[in-house]
Amino acid sequence: MRKCQVRELGRIAYGPALELQQQLIAARKAGTAPDHLLLLEHPHVITLGRNGRHEHLLASSEIMERAGISFFPTDRGGDVTYHGPGQLVAYPILDLREWKRDVGAFVRAIEQTIIDTLADYGIEAGRIPKLTGVWVGDRKIAAIGVHISRWVTSHGLALNVSTDLSYFQYIVPCGLTKPVTSMAQLGVRATLEEVSRSLAAHFGRVFDCEMLYEAPVLAAEREN
Amino acid sequence: MTEVVMPQMGESIVEGTLTKWLKKPGEHVERDEPLFEISTDKVDTEIPSPAAGTLTEVLVEEGKTVGINTVVARIDGAGTGAAAKPAGLSVTAAAAAPAPEAPAPAPVSAPPPAAALPVEQPPAEPTGPLSPLVRKMARENNIDLSKVRGTGAGGRISKQDVEAYIAQTAAPAPGPTPVAQPAPPLQAPPPVAPSIPYQAPSGQAKTRIEPMSTMRIKIAEHMVLSKRTSPHVTTVHRVDMTKVAKLRERFKEQFQSNYGFSLTYLPFIARASVAALRQFPLLNASLDGNNIVYHNEINIGIAVALENGLIVPVVRNADEKNILGLQRAVVDLATRARSRQLKPDEVVGGTFSITNFGSFGSLIGTPVINQPQVAIMGVGTVDKTPVVIDDAIAIRSICHLSLSFDHRLIDGALADQFMTKVKQVLENWSEEVL
Repeated sequence: MRKCQVRELGRIAYGPALELQQQLIAARKAGTAPDHLLLLEHPHVITLGRNGRHEHLLASSEIMERAGISFFPTDRGGDVTYHGPGQLVAYPILDLREWKRDVGAFVRAIEQTIIDTLADYGIEAGRIPKLTGVWVGDRKIAAIGVHISRWVTSHGLALNVSTDLSYFQYIVPCGLTKPVTSMAQLGVRATLEEVSRSLAAHFGRVFDCEMLYEAPVLAAEREN
Repeated sequence: MTEVVMPQMGESIVEGTLTKWLKKPGEHVERDEPLFEISTDKVDTEIPSPAAGTLTEVLVEEGKTVGINTVVARIDGAGTGAAAKPAGLSVTAAAAAPAPEAPAPAPVSAPPPAAALPVEQPPAEPTGPLSPLVRKMARENNIDLSKVRGTGAGGRISKQDVEAYIAQTAAPAPGPTPVAQPAPPLQAPPPVAPSIPYQAPSGQAKTRIEPMSTMRIKIAEHMVLSKRTSPHVTTVHRVDMTKVAKLRERFKEQFQSNYGFSLTYLPFIARASVAALRQFPLLNASLDGNNIVYHNEINIGIAVALENGLIVPVVRNADEKNILGLQRAVVDLATRARSRQLKPDEVVGGTFSITNFGSFGSLIGTPVINQPQVAIMGVGTVDKTPVVIDDAIAIRSICHLSLSFDHRLIDGALADQFMTKVKQVLENWSEEVL
């Protein structure tokens, strides 16, 4: 079974997280690192994908600065998006040649991972044809934006666990004028740690790989 | 001359948007060097050059969407071709800005128009995802889904909604058809475990309130359900584990070196339980209304303590496993339970459970039955204890085994016969360990 190293980074700024991704991508391409799944949370930041339109950014840089939001243009797919506290961000650094050389299947699998995770919490989420992401009704609960270079993936998904949704007012998320939602808004109280464990487990099942943690995370069973 | 085509990025992907040229016409490119970027369905992909040489022609401008296998550029493999050196394509970061047309000389085979691979627009559908079942039902019954009122989360249309719509339209209209009502608001799930509401004392708060984790809620729900369902009775037997302890001592290191895990008491107790379950199949049964369901398989659930909860993965067909097989299964399930790698079907289908609280120092416990099973064995700590044997005092390895059973189905006499069998197997262990 393929192995995937899980790294739980806690709250980490966008820049350092991007740097770490780039290091891991280089190492993955060179074959010196295994697949990785980075799980983290960003401080307030608005990022713009390669195909993003600046007009989907609704606030001036001045207003954003005052609100404590930083801004990053990036090389992922998708339009503009917001990341912030209470949002679970997952960056899979996978070599798709060892899974499926299929970008569409990769995105669908990421969506499935999120749908399965939400099902653990009794939230029935699904897809909307042609609108990548995960939706509860017509509200978007998770956004997806991916970059692939030589079949190595980076960037990934952002799932609103208890995100302060008012920050989305600064943008038109992914260029869509559809409402956003979060697990908290749907009445589910869950910690980011808990959801990230659940997501990693579902990720392992969907991508058929063994998720390895850096350190034993649960009480060791003592021998009788 | 090498033709560069829009690659197929996956089975279901028929087109891609060329978002950025990373090389200008006239520039040299190495084989495998990133040449352009495409965007398909929220995924940006760098496409490496299929050959080394000079990029002579760029046939698709930035921002254009073309079908797979469309020729997007040509590379002169010799690297010395008299490539036209046009005013270079704009490769600024503004991906949205259309770049100028590819220059003359006119390409021999123009890229096929994007219409070559038409992408069918699906018919308009009500908002919200629709399950394949709902779509199928709508198709078969010729239903306009925009007229169906969805009662699922966010107004999603469920199978029941379609059935209700069919019933409503099929029945002779008894009066004016009710107009579609707005979808109910999303509701928070009700609390699962009933609890006595906490009364805040007057004065300043001396509490901290934290929501329970989902696992905690599920455990709470199950415990309440079990206690409400089954009248629990617990019986405790004292078992002399000296013989097993000696065997374990003898084979412990061999297990570690041969298999990479140690030998614990648990597989012995599981094996003894299997023998007793075979003899008393009522303990390997479930209740379904007024019927007794006898299970032909013996699947033993093993309670595994997690940092903030517990889970009971199941050793399937435990009766077909020897000590080595049982130990391996227990180690595997416990390890994967802790790294949350269990598959959903590995925590269901148990017919009897064992919980090993002895590993935490407990002598005797009264475990709660794992529904819909009817009995659970609790294993206490194994301690060297002075005991009286034939009027002499001896030091023996003693363990207390408790059995909580569902008194609806099992009477005390049967439970104690079962435990006597377990005790007898353990105290007179005769099976080979390796």
